[in-house]
Amino acid sequence: MEFVTSSSLTTTTMLRSSSPALLRASVSTSRVSRPFRGKLRTCRSLATVAEPPVRRYGGLRDQDRIFTNAYCRHDHGIKGAMSRGDWHRTKDILLKGDSWIIQQIKDSGLRGRGGAGFPSGLKWSFMNKPGWEKDPRPRYLVINADEGEPGTCKDREILRGDPHKLIEGCLVAGRGMNATAAYIYIRGEFYQEAAHVQQAINEAYASGFLGKDACGSGYSFDVYVHRGAGAYICGEETALIESIEGKQGKPRLKPPFPADVGLFGCPTTVANVETVAVAPTICRRGASWFAGFGRERNQGTKLFCISGHVNNPCVVEEEMSIPLKDLVEKHCGGVIGGWDNLLGIIPGGSSVPVLPKDTCAEVLMDYDSLKDAQSGLGTGAVIVMDKSTDIVKAIARFSHFYKHESCGQCTPCREGTTWMMNMMDRMVEGRGHVREIDMLLELTKQVEGRTICALGDAAAWPIQGLMRHFRPEVERRIAEFRAANGAVGFGGHLASAADDTLALPDNLGLRLPKVAAPQPQVAQA
Amino acid sequence: MFSRFARKALPWNVIRRRLLSTTPSRRSDALFVHRDTPYNNPKVAFEFNVDNMKRAKEIISHYPPQYKKAAVIPLLDLGQRQNKGWTSISVMNYVANLLEMPPMRVYEVATFYTMFNREPIGEHFVQVCTTTPCMLRGSTDILNAACEHLGAIKPGQTTKDGKFTVIEVECQGACSNAPMMVVGDDFYEDLTPESTKRILDGFKKGKKPKPGPQSSRQTSENSAGLTALTSEPYGPGEFCQPDFQ
Repeated sequence: MEFVTSSSLTTTTMLRSSSPALLRASVSTSRVSRPFRGKLRTCRSLATVAEPPVRRYGGLRDQDRIFTNAYCRHDHGIKGAMSRGDWHRTKDILLKGDSWIIQQIKDSGLRGRGGAGFPSGLKWSFMNKPGWEKDPRPRYLVINADEGEPGTCKDREILRGDPHKLIEGCLVAGRGMNATAAYIYIRGEFYQEAAHVQQAINEAYASGFLGKDACGSGYSFDVYVHRGAGAYICGEETALIESIEGKQGKPRLKPPFPADVGLFGCPTTVANVETVAVAPTICRRGASWFAGFGRERNQGTKLFCISGHVNNPCVVEEEMSIPLKDLVEKHCGGVIGGWDNLLGIIPGGSSVPVLPKDTCAEVLMDYDSLKDAQSGLGTGAVIVMDKSTDIVKAIARFSHFYKHESCGQCTPCREGTTWMMNMMDRMVEGRGHVREIDMLLELTKQVEGRTICALGDAAAWPIQGLMRHFRPEVERRIAEFRAANGAVGFGGHLASAADDTLALPDNLGLRLPKVAAPQPQVAQA
Repeated sequence: MFSRFARKALPWNVIRRRLLSTTPSRRSDALFVHRDTPYNNPKVAFEFNVDNMKRAKEIISHYPPQYKKAAVIPLLDLGQRQNKGWTSISVMNYVANLLEMPPMRVYEVATFYTMFNREPIGEHFVQVCTTTPCMLRGSTDILNAACEHLGAIKPGQTTKDGKFTVIEVECQGACSNAPMMVVGDDFYEDLTPESTKRILDGFKKGKKPKPGPQSSRQTSENSAGLTALTSEPYGPGEFCQPDFQ
């Protein structure tokens, strides 16, 4: 095994890739002292398989960035977009046919950028089932630009800086799945962004890139903008379909899946903005180029949005599998007060569990590494929290968010989010019984997986993550509150306020023996 | 019995005191039923003006003819814009009539989506994001500064002169530019309590301050200098496969 300088040792040794095709970036970035390496090599005298060099991810070059106008430094209109390579020989891509496009996407290893990470090529191919030509129904592509996950602000940069990439992506992806029209569902708050996209659509129609004979390929395709009106739940694919149909955004039961019965009862595929917007560039530059970034099964580039306690929060396109620490230090000027001042990071938007500091130094920003760390990549929204953060309050605020955004269709989520919010509010000040931590966890388990859509899961996971990594902090607060106010029963009732002349039931937790309370601990030792 | 605990307890519990004989407390921030008032009843006339009618026809044409009702959200939004920023019962009835759908289906939509205000609002609608990413960057101070600067109102209230309404909203999707607020349709980002007051003063004087980040940066780039996209963007056909050069 090769030696890497101490900071990168832990991250890279875990993740040595065995595929020789993936070794490109390793030479320039690995910081190995040459003479040392030479010595090591000579030691390897037995007939062992040579270890491939350790590959470091990150350090994407500008020429490999797809969203070249993410910071709106250039013209977002059609002239500027064409000078940056959009709409370049789109006709040739369309003429290659649907199976070629889908094969390219499959080969590129692109996975959905909206959070679930489903392989995009596979998803798009569901639209072309055998015999689809005989189906007289129209077919729709729906773009999910209802970006509402707290922490996420990546699609916004695409919508306002590179709208033509999205429109061209609609056409290419639409050709791949033989769709007749695309609806772009933009959240209502994004007014300027919707205006930019509408402008891009108008320009594309005027230039003949859309419409009856899109790009002169003989293929007919329309793109429409549909603005939402402020509902996080409409980011769920079937809720989004309901919302376009002019109803309340309440998710539908699956099956039937949208690919069979979707928007207006027709075959539909819902895809994230970023997933669709990278498709033309992948087709033009080749699947192997895109697959050359990131680890196996996590290929490509990705827009990461970093917010919270970093010196310079920003949105940046980077290689997948970049170490989380590198991402924060290279692009955001590091954590406020230095890396040692870090408390925890939420790596993928509000729906994924928080990671404590020592894990943050090790994980890579991709689907598999974060899943192994019991979190998730989600939308790539990194929320950094330093030691000044009241972590319980931060997670309690997420509970308020989910309580506000629950659509109210499934009982476990509608009632559970309110219960979780109330309990988390009490945990913030420590007004509760220690046993209530486990009751709260049990409650999250009863919501998780028992709802139509994933909002119930999303509401449960941050709390589970908090208790997994920061339980001592919660217990400390409970002990402190107990020390100041006397015994507290379940539901936050004070024993001192109980009327002893009444026959109180035992299940209020008021008279539990004190051994249940833990010894006060040092905060986040 | 529970009320007995509560009566002796801290104010925290006093707020939540519920006697057994009362109905459950209202858990929503807005009333979901309509009550006729002098300013909001079905007799108040509403009709799209000529421009909006044109826009409405254009929007309806985006959807299949048998699914005209798909246009209900965009049309309610148009109606709200024409009706000084709030959706009255007349707007809903008018849209229902226009789209040939039962009024109840429109009411359902108008109560579900948070961007439809069913009560009148001030001339400038100030929405301060307070979700965690903004909270970490100090949105509580922004909200307090805004409320105090507008005459010690509370979130959800309108100033006496009817110029400003301040509300707390959930994530607006500008987290790398936190803390932020929305005034009307424009995002004001990278706020400090001082810049918040400056922006509100600008609106008070009838001007419109420049939207976007209030710090030195343009959009969501690194404020200490670009760490990406420093070179000129590549042009058409560059780095492409031979087929597409």
